[in-house]
Amino acid sequence: MSFSSLYIKEGRAIRKAKGALLIVESIPGVEFNEIVDVQLGNGEIKRGQAIDIGEEAIVIQVFGGVSEVDLIDSKVRFKGETLKLPVSIDMLGRFFNGMGEPIDGGPPIIPDNYMEVNGEPMNPAARQPPAEFIETGISVIDGLNALVRGQKLPIFSGAGLPHNRIAAQIIRQATVKGEAGKFALVFAAIGISYDEASFFMKNLEGTGALERTVAFINTASDPVIERISTPRMALTAADYMAWEQDMHVLVILTDMTNYCEALRELSSMREEIPSRRGYPGYMYTDLATIYERAGRLMGKEGSITIMPILTMPDDDITHPIPDLTGYITEGQIVLSRNLERKGIYLPIDVFLSLSRMMKEGIGPGKTRDDHNNVFMQSYAAYSEGCYLREISTIIGAESLSERDKVYLTFADEFERKFVSQGEFEKRKVEDTLDIAWSLFSMLPERDLRLISEEFVRKYLPKGESGSP
Amino acid sequence: MGKIWRVSGPLVIADEMKGSQVYEIVEIGKAGLVGEITGLDGDKAIIQAHEDTLGLKVGDKVEGTGRILSVELGPGIVGSIYDGLQKSLLTLVEESGSFIKRGVKALALDRNKKWHFTPTVKAGDILGVGSIIGTVPETSIIEHRIMVPPGFKGTIREIHEGDYTVDETVAWLEYEGKVSELTLKQEWPVRKPRPYEQRLAPSGLLATGMRVMDYMFPLALGGKAAIPGGFGTGKTVALQQLAKWAQTHLNIYVGCGERGNEMSDVLYSFRKLKDPNTGELLQDKEIFIANTSNMPVVAREASIFVGITVAEYFRDMGYDVLLIADSTSRWAEAMREMGGRLEEMPGEEGFPSYLGSRLSSFYERAGMVECLGRPERKGSVTVIGAVSPPGADFSEPVTQNTLRIVDALYSLDVSLANKRHFPTINWLTSYSLYTDAVGDWWNGVYPEWANTRTAALKILQQEAELEEIVRLVGPEALPEGDKLLLLVARMLREDFLQQSAYHEIDAYCAPLKAGLMITTIMKFYELAREMLNSGIRVEEIRSSPMVYKISRMKDISNELFEQKAKELWQEMEQELAADKGGVL
Repeated sequence: MSFSSLYIKEGRAIRKAKGALLIVESIPGVEFNEIVDVQLGNGEIKRGQAIDIGEEAIVIQVFGGVSEVDLIDSKVRFKGETLKLPVSIDMLGRFFNGMGEPIDGGPPIIPDNYMEVNGEPMNPAARQPPAEFIETGISVIDGLNALVRGQKLPIFSGAGLPHNRIAAQIIRQATVKGEAGKFALVFAAIGISYDEASFFMKNLEGTGALERTVAFINTASDPVIERISTPRMALTAADYMAWEQDMHVLVILTDMTNYCEALRELSSMREEIPSRRGYPGYMYTDLATIYERAGRLMGKEGSITIMPILTMPDDDITHPIPDLTGYITEGQIVLSRNLERKGIYLPIDVFLSLSRMMKEGIGPGKTRDDHNNVFMQSYAAYSEGCYLREISTIIGAESLSERDKVYLTFADEFERKFVSQGEFEKRKVEDTLDIAWSLFSMLPERDLRLISEEFVRKYLPKGESGSP
Repeated sequence: MGKIWRVSGPLVIADEMKGSQVYEIVEIGKAGLVGEITGLDGDKAIIQAHEDTLGLKVGDKVEGTGRILSVELGPGIVGSIYDGLQKSLLTLVEESGSFIKRGVKALALDRNKKWHFTPTVKAGDILGVGSIIGTVPETSIIEHRIMVPPGFKGTIREIHEGDYTVDETVAWLEYEGKVSELTLKQEWPVRKPRPYEQRLAPSGLLATGMRVMDYMFPLALGGKAAIPGGFGTGKTVALQQLAKWAQTHLNIYVGCGERGNEMSDVLYSFRKLKDPNTGELLQDKEIFIANTSNMPVVAREASIFVGITVAEYFRDMGYDVLLIADSTSRWAEAMREMGGRLEEMPGEEGFPSYLGSRLSSFYERAGMVECLGRPERKGSVTVIGAVSPPGADFSEPVTQNTLRIVDALYSLDVSLANKRHFPTINWLTSYSLYTDAVGDWWNGVYPEWANTRTAALKILQQEAELEEIVRLVGPEALPEGDKLLLLVARMLREDFLQQSAYHEIDAYCAPLKAGLMITTIMKFYELAREMLNSGIRVEEIRSSPMVYKISRMKDISNELFEQKAKELWQEMEQELAADKGGVL
């Protein structure tokens, strides 16, 4: 931390301690959002922040909770600065806690700079629209929900679904065509179990990506209140790597549901008026200040791509956490319990998943000229097949027409060949598109309405066109 | 001058503020952060800060500016990109780089640029409020008409043609011995509607190039509409389509609390796309107001009012203006957040109880008017507001309060989005009360509009009823007549209502083309019914090459369409009649 203030403002008059909040008598010169040390009677120090300052009182939010604070011996010391993260290129390969302090036993970071953890909003006029395709090697993502640099694309999962394995596969396989580039991974574990956190670490070790990773770990047993700062610390490190070190940064935030729970807990401690399901009314804005730090900037080499992972309570996509996230992020990858039960890996729900930045990242020169058409047609045909599957459960497959039966088979094959993929199988985007074409050859050619005739001639496997 | 008494997030309470007025703009602290007084209590002023309050201290100074939140109006607005307080974002990039620093000022209008002013009145003319005194060619599309600002009238003493900055005097106006100087620029407080001579009923079609809107649920110039839709329903794409192709003189796009990447995508694409009418770049008829979701919440509240005030100013020049607000839900949430901090008694779902009245104070500023002053002219502001209902549940307060005000609803449907039917405007739940208002317009362009529209909507309605039966008994168990109806309904959905925003030709569909397309499908239905009567099965009709040709109609350009459609009709009559002959 810097030594900007010569005097330290100190106060002993703590009036109230409850939950994670302290109410102390006002001291002149305290800044809004200033960092505070709370010294307990036994000498232990906790970090806090002034979240409401006034002439009558100051409200302090204490990271780590107010346990063991007493109203007589505890002291509050104002540090004269706001919450900052010391940053340096040496952070790569290191582990930190939710407050940005090293927890791997290594030496402290010799900072190149101290950065404000809340960041500053990007000027929309300075942003560069994301357009570089990231090849994840996963057909459902590359083919139907392409990810581009600078995008924020969450994984909506449910308890027990393999979101961690999918995220790990993306981390292992993601590349940008024809470019080595400087790449960094920022990983923030927010309130997840120790086992989950170590799963990721083990996966990274295997690929040698660990040296390019900055990890911020707040496990389920760490202080709840630090879950608020964990993603901000991670994104501040990402800001530094992307905008000052010209790196392409992928940020994985898991699990954002725990973040939102912490936000709700804090909000109720502050006795704020709750909005839907007890979450605070500003949750949209709060999440936006995290996710909107993704992007590309004109005149800058680097980029920040964010992939948050969240578990939908009770698989409910209309729950405020996935709902507000979906309104901010540029699409979502939704996992399906149904596909999981069928034993399909990756169980990605094709209909609910969406990438809003896809159209910018695909096409000639980026993936292949037929990509958009193939995407539209796969979607339409699979959708028709699923609709017929639904009907056939009531009336029986036998009562369907011949044409309809073809679509029914198409849907099954599509799940078996296109959606299904090995956990360590990396498919080139061309291979993904070719799989789709081989599936199209089952359908009557005149049904390929969404594909321009030119591509049908160019890519449709010859001689095995389906029966009408 | 007062001082800070309390800070809690964007809420600042200042003491010793006697003499301030509600909605006055203040500058807070050393950095001079912009804030707005929302309430007074004795010597204390309740201020909402439009910038991040990080680092403010109790006792820091708070200075009143004596003016209320206003916009600058004059040449240089068109093509600009502003934040929620009308700061020029391009200037901010130059001043403070890629990130928005606090307290940095950026004027809305360039003070150095010279504009060529040509008077349209002469010395000795007697002018009232709103009269046009001259013009400035602002962009390749927009001629900026300089008007006598509200509060002024009299006799022109002097007026000169020449090149002026927005601050230089171009005319002297004398009233009862007092001479006022007129410049190219005027100011207007954002929360106050600009005056007009008389309000008129909305009339004429706001052609959008989107078939489902223009043909099925038309919007009239001066109308107000809402587009509610859950996430992923293509709301933003639909709004961008409107901003691109709506046949108005000027479009204003307010991105209120939405995504930064999408905003940059809009800004970027408008620098390349051309207006179908004039062939000029679209950015020459657009104004952007961008307050993305990570920018200060309070400025979100202002951004919508900034947008509508600018819209009214161009309306007063006699233009038809479209204002797109994406999204009014974020705007309402900003009010909720401030209401919560002010410890106001909440209404439904925590929203303030004045939500409904605040929404109407915005939407009611839409309309067609007879403008003040000479020459006589009409102008209009059409408002389209996006609503983002939580969980796509339309029963929530913002949607419901909006529906009480607007006269057209385009409801976006998650299940259509899941089928990738775009635009996802649901034809069963959407409505427009402007069908009478646009009747005359359509009669001039395509007189069959009313009949074909009703017939098509009826088929789609019947399809929805049949769908329920199909779910029970399967499609094969239906009588042939119903099967044909399902086929035609499907053609209406896929070949008419569905429209690709990214297809070069299909993105903008001229109203005449839309009319001819639907007529083609109806003609097909007629011929196919005759075939059914002569014993041909739907299975065979479905495999007719005509079905395929109709599905490719979208790709025919607007210019060639009339001729191509006639060819298609002829071919259809031969083809389908030949089939008939073959069987007989």
